[in-house]
Amino acid sequence: MLYKDGIPTQEQIKSCFPEETILLRPKAIVECYEEIPCNPCSTSCPFSAITIGENINNRPKVDFSLCTGCGICVFSCPGLAISVAQIIGDQVRFKISYEMLPLPASGEIWTAVNRGGEIIGQAKIEKVTLGKAQDKTALVQVLTDKKHLYDFITIRSRI
Amino acid sequence: MINRDLVIIGGGPAGLCAAKMAAEAGQKVLIIDRNPRLGGQLIKQTHMFFGSEEQYAKTRGFNIAQKLIDDLGAFPDLVEIIVNATVVGLYSDRVLSVLQDDRYFKIQAKVIIVATGASEKVLAFENNDLPGIYGAGAVQTLMNVYGVRPGHKVVMVGSGNIGLIVSYQLMQAGVTVSAIIEAAPKIGGYKVHASKIRRLGVDIVTSCTIKRAEGKDSVEKIVTVKLNDQWEEIPESEKVYEVDAVCIAVGLTPLINLLAMVGVNLKYIGELGGLVPVVDENRETSLTNIFVCGDASGIEEASSAIVEGGIAGLAASEHLGKTHPRHQELLTAYHQQLETLRNGPFGEKIRAGIKKLGGNVHAL
Amino acid sequence: MRINQHPILCFEQKAQCPFTFNGQSVYGYEGDTIASALHALGIKKLSESSRLHRPRGFYCAIGNCSSCNMIVNGVPNVKTCITLLKPGMIVVSQTNKGEIHD
Repeated sequence: MLYKDGIPTQEQIKSCFPEETILLRPKAIVECYEEIPCNPCSTSCPFSAITIGENINNRPKVDFSLCTGCGICVFSCPGLAISVAQIIGDQVRFKISYEMLPLPASGEIWTAVNRGGEIIGQAKIEKVTLGKAQDKTALVQVLTDKKHLYDFITIRSRI
Repeated sequence: MINRDLVIIGGGPAGLCAAKMAAEAGQKVLIIDRNPRLGGQLIKQTHMFFGSEEQYAKTRGFNIAQKLIDDLGAFPDLVEIIVNATVVGLYSDRVLSVLQDDRYFKIQAKVIIVATGASEKVLAFENNDLPGIYGAGAVQTLMNVYGVRPGHKVVMVGSGNIGLIVSYQLMQAGVTVSAIIEAAPKIGGYKVHASKIRRLGVDIVTSCTIKRAEGKDSVEKIVTVKLNDQWEEIPESEKVYEVDAVCIAVGLTPLINLLAMVGVNLKYIGELGGLVPVVDENRETSLTNIFVCGDASGIEEASSAIVEGGIAGLAASEHLGKTHPRHQELLTAYHQQLETLRNGPFGEKIRAGIKKLGGNVHAL
Repeated sequence: MRINQHPILCFEQKAQCPFTFNGQSVYGYEGDTIASALHALGIKKLSESSRLHRPRGFYCAIGNCSSCNMIVNGVPNVKTCITLLKPGMIVVSQTNKGEIHD
């Protein structure tokens, strides 16, 4: 239960995802379940794909037809609540935010972790970007099994 | 005795923004801070801030501090800064007494803005005075300002935003957080912070509190106990955690010592963290020309401190005859920002507290 | 106890700052406070309470609670959490309410 242990239900998670057909292109998955005064996801999106509105307590809404999955919102979210997902055959590619050391490196295999912090499988590191504009929040692109689509949230350590 | 027109006590986000607005209005200002550097609690905040662009959302706290300090650099002839100096007395004739190393001196001010911030609350439990039991903010200071880990294995007590954020920062610094325990049945802070820490494998245990700490010269273990829905201890529910540091994140209370000394009207408002000064909408207290802004006037976020500081700076400089060229426009915008920040569900407590406080500075 | 690598912050190597703690020669670094330098050395017990002599360390680390009081260069009740470390400082645990000697 989100309010008891910080873990959203499967229903809450799925409500942030578009139809799987739409995920054939990379799309932002914004897991912001509460009304808090915050709007950098909306103001950072170069495609105006995320809307919050005048009242910055509103929950963000993603227009998947405008979203290109660029990942700018991923490292702009102060709550690190956004990732980008794209289904590629029997795998899914995620772009996640990462602020721990050591940073992963391209080609490495790391443990894949779910929202409860449990290891659920493996993820292959494809790319790690950490440009100046990202202000120390790295963007890590990983590939993992499609069965983890609604479970995967981050990586933990190198295998 | 030295004379100054406008003195701001405290160089955190509220004090810095008050100084900026006053300087923009052409008003000379003196900022006094007891720390070795300006920035208040912002200097140890490594996370990105919430709010909107006007409150520097998406910017890391320590970078916000630097930005606010740099902004004052545009007014070298108007802004005077004294650090490592503690204001130890505030008198109703607007005299401040200051202690800096071995030097004790007095300042006669015309207008004073008190921006002294807040202090961490303590939790009562057996052996809570053992070394190694620290405020969560203290641990942030130790790690993020001085680069020292508080220990190797820590338990965090309290799941408000500070407890959740500092737990994440502990993990970033390579410290194991065994658990976050929370006496209430639900997590107190933003769920995005809770989710961030859960995915790192840190347990959040609700309806649980710390019963006792044990250790010889410093803490070596703690005993926690579960609570029922009457907040009573559930027998036989003790659990032991071996730790070498404990962080207490049970809230902040405004630092109102100077305000109590000078005799402004104070009221106890639990929702705002304790005793707070009654202020009007320009942040002026029941004593003319004494203003308050930031956490010293009620516990909120840095975003509100920034806005309140702006309001106080504008009002204080106007009292001295220096009106900001965009005075009314900025005041209106600031009040709108405060309303927006306090609008959502997390603002409910603040709104209730402010309503209880009322804006009539002379009401008892 | 010192952090060398951090994902967000950069801790530069600074000049060493020798001082004594209860007669023992130790050192911290420029930019440390007395309390942070001692903590980096693994010293958490700074003083003792004046009546029951219970161990005392810091609590708030920003100068509010006075839990970190120690005697520095002969002066008692020094808030070591907000006092910058200087070379040659003589730092002693305080076990009473503080005595002032002329």
